[in-house]
Amino acid sequence: MTNIHRSEVIRLYKTLLYMGRDYPLGYPYFRDRCHRAFAKNREERDATKVATLLRHGHFVVAEMEALYFLKKYRTMKRRYYPEEQVDAQIDAKLKNIRDLEPDDGKKNKNL
Amino acid sequence: MALRALVGCKRVIDYAVRVRVKPDKTGVVTDGVKHSMNPFDEIAVEEAVRLKEKKVVSEIIAVSCGPAQCQETLRTAMAMGADKAIHVEIPSPQYETLQPIHIAKIMAKLATDQKADIVILGKQAIDDDCNQTAQMTAAFLDWPQGVFASKIDKEGDGLTVMREIDGGLETIKVKLPAVISADLRLNEPRYATLPNIMKAKKKPLDKKTPADLGVDLKPRIQVLSVEDPPVREAGAKVADVDELISRLKALGRI
Repeated sequence: MTNIHRSEVIRLYKTLLYMGRDYPLGYPYFRDRCHRAFAKNREERDATKVATLLRHGHFVVAEMEALYFLKKYRTMKRRYYPEEQVDAQIDAKLKNIRDLEPDDGKKNKNL
Repeated sequence: MALRALVGCKRVIDYAVRVRVKPDKTGVVTDGVKHSMNPFDEIAVEEAVRLKEKKVVSEIIAVSCGPAQCQETLRTAMAMGADKAIHVEIPSPQYETLQPIHIAKIMAKLATDQKADIVILGKQAIDDDCNQTAQMTAAFLDWPQGVFASKIDKEGDGLTVMREIDGGLETIKVKLPAVISADLRLNEPRYATLPNIMKAKKKPLDKKTPADLGVDLKPRIQVLSVEDPPVREAGAKVADVDELISRLKALGRI
């Protein structure tokens, strides 16, 4: 494969696998889906299309970071703070981060 | 004035893991269980890194006390932005009886040795939930403390700390050096990315033993028994209102 994006694609794949170790549904679940998503586009030779796919990959990385942060934050809040003590300040802060929890399972399929 | 920050990071059972109690009730099962950095300590590390980005802090030293695996936790802290780390090596049998008072003594000694101006700790660990280390460290050092911090600002030669207290917030001014403990809403910790983990492997990690620091690890508290929380009793279905009323009467509720 002679592709200007080759090293970047490999780096993205490694980053995703590294992040997948913390995936709520388990590492094998994530690894298989991630591998499938990359395999699906293995024949892609068009540099601009590869760049689009890479951008999407980086987007997934950012979404996963947000998912992990939210999941941890919500668990801590549920465990240590009584229900009624909802803090408007942080909720406003979090409004910008997209809520990922409902589509946990399906978001990697369209990688 | 650039400050030196000392940050504590405890290695605890991961928050997402279901904790199981050992059958002999001496503790919880830790073998083969995923561990990670205490979430409140992540917040403490993040705050130190943010203070460094604001040029308030010049150097961040991460500290962890415990068995060899704690070095992974320290790597994570360094990947998040700590400059160097100190691992206080404590073998497993002693680690099981290690209590906040010992950690506080170790932190106090290290803060003096490393000439730290600010000690930032998580308010409590999610495994033993002691919530004592920051307070005890401040007492041993005889420094002011700002615990349960939800906002920290540099002001003059001190800090203004907004604290989470029952039913509201309290803003206090502390002089430096000071001990701070991080509450949940202080900040949103960043993720330790793969390239940063790799870079963190090159950062210096010192090893020390409690004996080097002159701390006696004799336990002050004895754990009598560790038990599961009570299981909720199963409910029962009733066919109609009359049965419900008769059941409630039988229980003496109405």
